[in-house]
Amino acid sequence: MSNRVAIIDYGVGNLHSARNALELAGAEVVVTSRAEEIVKADRLVLPGVGAFGECAKNLRASGVTEAIEEHVLQRGKPIFGICVGFQLLSREGHEMGIHPGLGWLPATVRKLETGGLKIPHVGWNEIEPVVDAVLFDGLRRSPTFYFTHSYALVPDEPGIDAAFCNYGERFTAAILRDNVFATQFHPEKSQENGLKILENFLRWNP
Amino acid sequence: MLKKRIIPKLLLRNGRNVKGVKFTELRDTGSPVTNARIYDAQGADELIFLDIEASGANRKILYDTITKTASEVFMPFCVGGGIRTVDDVRQLLLAGADKISVNTQAVERPDLVSEGAALFGVQCMVVSIDFKRHGPACKVYTHGGTVATELDVLDHAQQSVARGAGEILLTSIDRDGTMQGYDLEITKRVADAVDVPVIASGGAGTLQHLCDVIADAHASAVAVGSLFHFTDQSPIKARAFMHVRGIDVRSERTGTTAI
Repeated sequence: MSNRVAIIDYGVGNLHSARNALELAGAEVVVTSRAEEIVKADRLVLPGVGAFGECAKNLRASGVTEAIEEHVLQRGKPIFGICVGFQLLSREGHEMGIHPGLGWLPATVRKLETGGLKIPHVGWNEIEPVVDAVLFDGLRRSPTFYFTHSYALVPDEPGIDAAFCNYGERFTAAILRDNVFATQFHPEKSQENGLKILENFLRWNP
Repeated sequence: MLKKRIIPKLLLRNGRNVKGVKFTELRDTGSPVTNARIYDAQGADELIFLDIEASGANRKILYDTITKTASEVFMPFCVGGGIRTVDDVRQLLLAGADKISVNTQAVERPDLVSEGAALFGVQCMVVSIDFKRHGPACKVYTHGGTVATELDVLDHAQQSVARGAGEILLTSIDRDGTMQGYDLEITKRVADAVDVPVIASGGAGTLQHLCDVIADAHASAVAVGSLFHFTDQSPIKARAFMHVRGIDVRSERTGTTAI
């Protein structure tokens, strides 16, 4: 089965690691901002680093949002959102003003409430998967992943949470809904555990 | 819980790793890409690369090193040295770095920190502070430890955070390469005063030193040079040692590559 993955490039930084990690996991990878590549791909990855508003603006300006939405929301293509690419799936982000997201998920993004712990939340932390999904296959109990963020995605109600993480508060570390999977942490920076989750994504058939 | 991080610090000169004592007497410590692979296999939590040459002519070597490293290891790494503009930041991120460390420019043109934070996020901007003690005072040095400023280390750390630094890499020049232990007093003073993580650097000579600077001086992470370069200690041994002593470090072995 072909496993062509399109990493959506909308001008936000480092995509080397995501590309290399997916290739190592067995994918044929294209880094692209062209609608036709999104059409051809079997799976999509939406990365993102930096500020929510800046990322949302750049994604919209890239002109591929329509193609992504058609292929993910209507045709059921699996997608993996990473970090700000995860947060962008929400209705809106409250980072330096209020900015609209893609609005796929009933959720908003707000500053982490850590009760005095240092922000950003940076480093390796344990996640607690709460759904039985192929995406978490082969991971140990409480696996650690690399996080680096100051904001958290907060669903309006439970149901889309796939994993939690604790840092002053218990926040959503991953969501899963139909063919949409996304993580606050960086699988492409999480060594063995990260490669495992990317491999799982490549054989996931929602 | 968030794990305390063990971060090998690799100095780069002309595409090679070097290590010295108090920022001088540099010795060759091997190929950066090979070292990165070894540290990755040993489960280091992150890497820091500091280009001490920092001249324009050698930028291509630096970019190549970063790109090669990013294609071999799947762990976060920070790159510093000679960064003057947001375009330098962007180029290094595109080459494969995750975070950028600025030192001299955080003093000479502090707006670089806020500009970088606005464009790439605070998590991307690390301010590296080199300091020396002068009696009770503690001054910031720039240009690879060669130029003294009048800035107090604590003021500079707080101002850098206010401008958008997401982490502080705090290096004692007096302790660097001496392997006599971190400067616990200054590290604690800074770590307690800023609300971003502080990476302690300069002086690690035993695994106990790593525990001390986390437990007693509240560092979120330890940068390690000589201890890993020149002794038989490694991130694996450090983790086991620290874990037994109650420091919350990763207990999984999760390197990407086998050695």
